[in-house]
Amino acid sequence: MKTKVFSLLLTCLVFQTFMFGQAKEMVLIEGSRYLPLYGRDSTVVAVKDFKMDVYPVSVEEYMTFLKDNPKWRKSNVKGLFADKSYLSNWESDLKMNESVNPNSPITNVSWFAAKAYCECQDKRLPTVDEWEYAAMADETTKDARVKPDYNARILSWYEEPRKELIIGDSPKNIWGVYDLHGLVWEWTLDFNSVLITGESRKDTDKDSNLFCGSASINATDLMNYAAFMRYAIRGSLQAKNSMKNLGFRCVKDVNELK
Amino acid sequence: MMLLIVVTSCNSDKSKGSQEEVAVYQCPMQCEGDKTYTENVTCPICKMDLKQVDAQVKKSEASDEISGESIFNLTSKWNTEEGKEIQLEDLKGKTLVMVMIYTSCKAACPRLVADMRNIEAKIPKERLQNLNFVLVSIDPTVDTPKRLKDFAIENVMDDEHWTFLQGTESGVREFANVLSVKYKEISPIDFSHSNIISVFNSEGELIHQQEGLGVDNKETVEAIIQLTQ
Repeated sequence: MKTKVFSLLLTCLVFQTFMFGQAKEMVLIEGSRYLPLYGRDSTVVAVKDFKMDVYPVSVEEYMTFLKDNPKWRKSNVKGLFADKSYLSNWESDLKMNESVNPNSPITNVSWFAAKAYCECQDKRLPTVDEWEYAAMADETTKDARVKPDYNARILSWYEEPRKELIIGDSPKNIWGVYDLHGLVWEWTLDFNSVLITGESRKDTDKDSNLFCGSASINATDLMNYAAFMRYAIRGSLQAKNSMKNLGFRCVKDVNELK
Repeated sequence: MMLLIVVTSCNSDKSKGSQEEVAVYQCPMQCEGDKTYTENVTCPICKMDLKQVDAQVKKSEASDEISGESIFNLTSKWNTEEGKEIQLEDLKGKTLVMVMIYTSCKAACPRLVADMRNIEAKIPKERLQNLNFVLVSIDPTVDTPKRLKDFAIENVMDDEHWTFLQGTESGVREFANVLSVKYKEISPIDFSHSNIISVFNSEGELIHQQEGLGVDNKETVEAIIQLTQ
């Protein structure tokens, strides 16, 4: 048993080094307090310092993960962890569609798969608060939400006809992070937070009778339609679902005791 | 240490070895808890004749394969109110009725707990031994095994067929996702959460879910009765 654990440890270590070797950079996001679209009782939330992947996970990187972790290949994956849409655009277990650029973001992955991928690299998925915090920055400002063109630009992404998705094509934000907007939506660790979910309508506590419409009245910034869309998408997802415009990236705590 | 956790999470493809399929006997009063005998003797405590353990239970214990849809695929570790560390797979063999609560909750949880007891009250007594009512805490930092045990005693839910579980933050998050339960910490002592009672068969596959508070539990009870037949 011990030797088994040890060999697994070794595999994971080798795998990890390999992954980092692929220029999988992370940058430090300095924590702060901010007012998210949906916070606890519309108050500020505190985000601690963390490191975030500069790019979303690519098809190529995910392929490496599948090679090392057979149980996440689409023919092996447990129904509990991924529904039928998991990797549905893949031709076979280890073969993506020829026409897809290996440097495009991996999509059609479930929350469980995304979580496992990050944990395999000693990382984790970002929380909603962390993701939103990093994503409210533009090229020059940490909080660009007040700028009219910040929202307009994200919204124009929804209108654009779909083109080929290539990681790192658009400018990085002030933290040095690419593609938080404009490429794909991304999984978050606690996407299942109750707020504007179907279930929450039935809740009897504070958010009682939270209907779709009234939910938006809770939002702190009614202009932030793009963020509202993201929260709505999160609320509609189940962890085993996957979508062709939903990928992920990983983060890591800093000052972590090793 | 961190790495070790990573390794376990990367490799959970283990299934427990199969058990031999022999007749198993157990005291009908469960004087010694889940202790079983392979011979049909009398219970050393209450002197009653032992009863052969239900065939369905035996069958599920004998099969070593876990289906892809089973919650037993989750490898997170949990503490029971008795302070025992288990994995969900250790609950295999009985029909499971599961709900997520937290003990400091004043709003929805007492009603959810009441809903669970109402369901229990409608189940014929002799079926309870094939059932496990499991209350999983959303709040693993506050709800220690001791606190869960106190809660169990206070609410007269300390019988063999009630189980309370304390997990890890990530284990709880994952489990909630399997149940489609949504929750968020809204203050250090309060959580907002959806009210769902889930019924699993002895193989850990989701059979039925009841949503909402104080709803008619007829279908849930029917599902449980069918599973424990």
